[in-house]
Amino acid sequence: MTTAADAPALPALPLGDDALVLSHRLGEWAGHAPVLEEEVALANIALDLLGQARILLSLAGDEDELAYLREERAFQNLQLVEQPNGDFAHTIARQLYFSTYQSLLYGQLATGEGELAPLAAKAVKEVAYHQDHAEQWTLRLGDGTPESHARAQRGLDALWRFTGEMFQPVAGVDVDWEAMRASWTSSVTAVVERATLTVPSGPQTGAWAAGAGRQGLHTESFGRMLAEMQHLHRSHPGASW
Amino acid sequence: MATAAAHQAAGTEPDEAGSPAARSAEQEAAAAHQAVFDAAVAADERIEPRDWMPDAYRASLVRQIAQHAHSEIIGMQPEANWITRAPSLRRKAILMAKVQDEAGHGLYLYSAAETLGTGRDELLDKLHSGRQKYSSIFNYPTLTWADVGAIGWLVDGAAITNQVPLCRCSYGPYARAMVRVCKEESFHQRQGYESLLALSRGTQAQHDMAQDAVDRWWWPSLMMFGPPDDESSHSEQSMTWKIKRHSNDELRQRFVDICVPQAESLGLTLPDPDLVWNESRGHHDFGPIDWTEFWDVLKGNGPCNEQRITQRKRAHDEGAWVRDAAAAYAAKHGKATA
Repeated sequence: MTTAADAPALPALPLGDDALVLSHRLGEWAGHAPVLEEEVALANIALDLLGQARILLSLAGDEDELAYLREERAFQNLQLVEQPNGDFAHTIARQLYFSTYQSLLYGQLATGEGELAPLAAKAVKEVAYHQDHAEQWTLRLGDGTPESHARAQRGLDALWRFTGEMFQPVAGVDVDWEAMRASWTSSVTAVVERATLTVPSGPQTGAWAAGAGRQGLHTESFGRMLAEMQHLHRSHPGASW
Repeated sequence: MATAAAHQAAGTEPDEAGSPAARSAEQEAAAAHQAVFDAAVAADERIEPRDWMPDAYRASLVRQIAQHAHSEIIGMQPEANWITRAPSLRRKAILMAKVQDEAGHGLYLYSAAETLGTGRDELLDKLHSGRQKYSSIFNYPTLTWADVGAIGWLVDGAAITNQVPLCRCSYGPYARAMVRVCKEESFHQRQGYESLLALSRGTQAQHDMAQDAVDRWWWPSLMMFGPPDDESSHSEQSMTWKIKRHSNDELRQRFVDICVPQAESLGLTLPDPDLVWNESRGHHDFGPIDWTEFWDVLKGNGPCNEQRITQRKRAHDEGAWVRDAAAAYAAKHGKATA
C-alpha cells in the first residue's frame, strides 16, 4: 500500500490535499446552509479551494489519479480540514483557523521564488476573502446571542487540538514556521477576543504527534469521506468523464 | 399598496374613501389607472414597481416569481446530491459552480418578488408550509451520475425554453432577472450536454448510464411546461398581461423539436415510440404525456416531495440560531449583516 511516507516529498501534495479535503467538506453544505447568502458563500469558498487543489495536485501528478486513487494513508492533508462540518459555528471555527493559516502561508510563498509562488500569488486574494468571511462570522456568532456565543466557543474549543500540526514544517516549503505560528496566534487571538470569545488553552495536538496528517495518519471519519468521494471514479476504472 | 398608490396618483386621501363622492372619484381614478396600464402593456412597455397595476396582476406575478425562486433553491438538492461523488475534479468544480449559481438565481428572483411588496421570509414560509409550489421536476431523484448531465441538458433546456420569452415579460424586474438567469442557464445546459456526450462516447457502462438517465428524465421534462392549454388555469390571463408570451403546448412543442436532433448527435434515444417528424405540421409528433403522474407529483405524491421539503425546512430551522445571531450582532453594532 502506498503511504504518505513512500510518496515523493513534493510540497504541492500536502497543500493540495488540504485544499481538496476542505473543499469537499464545504461542498457537503450545499442545500443545507442557514441562509441563501451562505449557500453562495460556502460554495464559493469550496470552489476556490477546489481550484487551488487542482493546480497543486497537477504540479504533483495527475489530479484525478491523486484525488481518486490514493487510499487514506497516502493523503497528507492536515487533520483539521478533514474534521466533519458539525454545526455552522464548528464549520466557521475550522474556516477561521485554516484560512488564517493559508493566508499567512500563501502570503509568504507568493513573495518567494519557488514553484508554488505563482499559485500562491493568485490564491492569496481568494484566501483573503475566506479569512474575512470567517472573521465576520466569528464576530457575529461570538457577539450575537447567548446560544451562538456558546456554539462558537464550542467550535473553537473542539478544533483547537488540531491547530498545532499547521506549524510542522512541510518538506520543500521554505517559510519561517515559528514566525508563522506567532502571527497565526496573534491574528486568531485578536478576532476571537473581539468576538467576546476565549482563546482555547488546551494542548494544540491530539493523541497523535503534531503533523500526523502530513504523515498519512488521519482521523476515523476521513476514510468514510474518501469512500464517498472516490466510489464512482473507482467503479469505472480507466473511464473518462 | 396598489390602492394607496392609486389614491396618491389621483390626489385623494385614503381616509376620504368612505364617502360616496370619494368612492366614485376612486372608481374613476382606478379606471384611469387601468387604462394607462392596459395601454402600457399593449405597447410592450415595462411595468415598474412604482407603477399602478391591477391587484390580480400583482398577485399573479408574486405567485409565478415566488414559485420560480422556490424552484431554484429546491432544485439545488437533486444536483447537490452528487457534489461529493462527482467522478472527476473538473466535473466536481462545474457542478459546485452550478449549484452556487442556482442559489444566486434564487436570490435575484426573491428580490424581484420583493419589488411587489412581499418579503423573502414570507415567501419561504409559504414554501415550507406548502402554500406555494416549486417545479414538479425536482421531485424526481438523481440516481446516477448521468442524471446530473440529463438535468443539465433536458431540465435546464426546458427551463430556458420557458424563460427566454420571460426576458420580454411585461414586468420589468422579472424580465431583467430572467436576462441574467438565462445567460447562466444556457451555460449550464451546454455543460450538461457535454457531460452526457462524454458518457455516451465513453465505455459501454457509461453509455448505458446516460441512456437510462435520459429515459427517466425525458417525460418529467416535458411536464415542466405545465398542463395542456385547455387545462391551464392561469394561461389566458397571463398571456393577456404579457407575463407569458406563448402557451404551454407551444413551448413544449418547441422543446421537443430542439431536443430530437440533439439526442441524435448525443447518440442517445428518446423514450417515445410515437415520436416522429410530421412533414405537414413542420413539427415532431410525440406520444401522450401521463397527466395522472403530473397531477400526482404536483399534489405532493411524487418520489421526493416529502424529502425535498423536509430537507429545506431542516436547513431553515437548524439555521435559525445563525440568523438570530446575525440580527443580534447587527442590532448591537448598528450595521446590516447577513
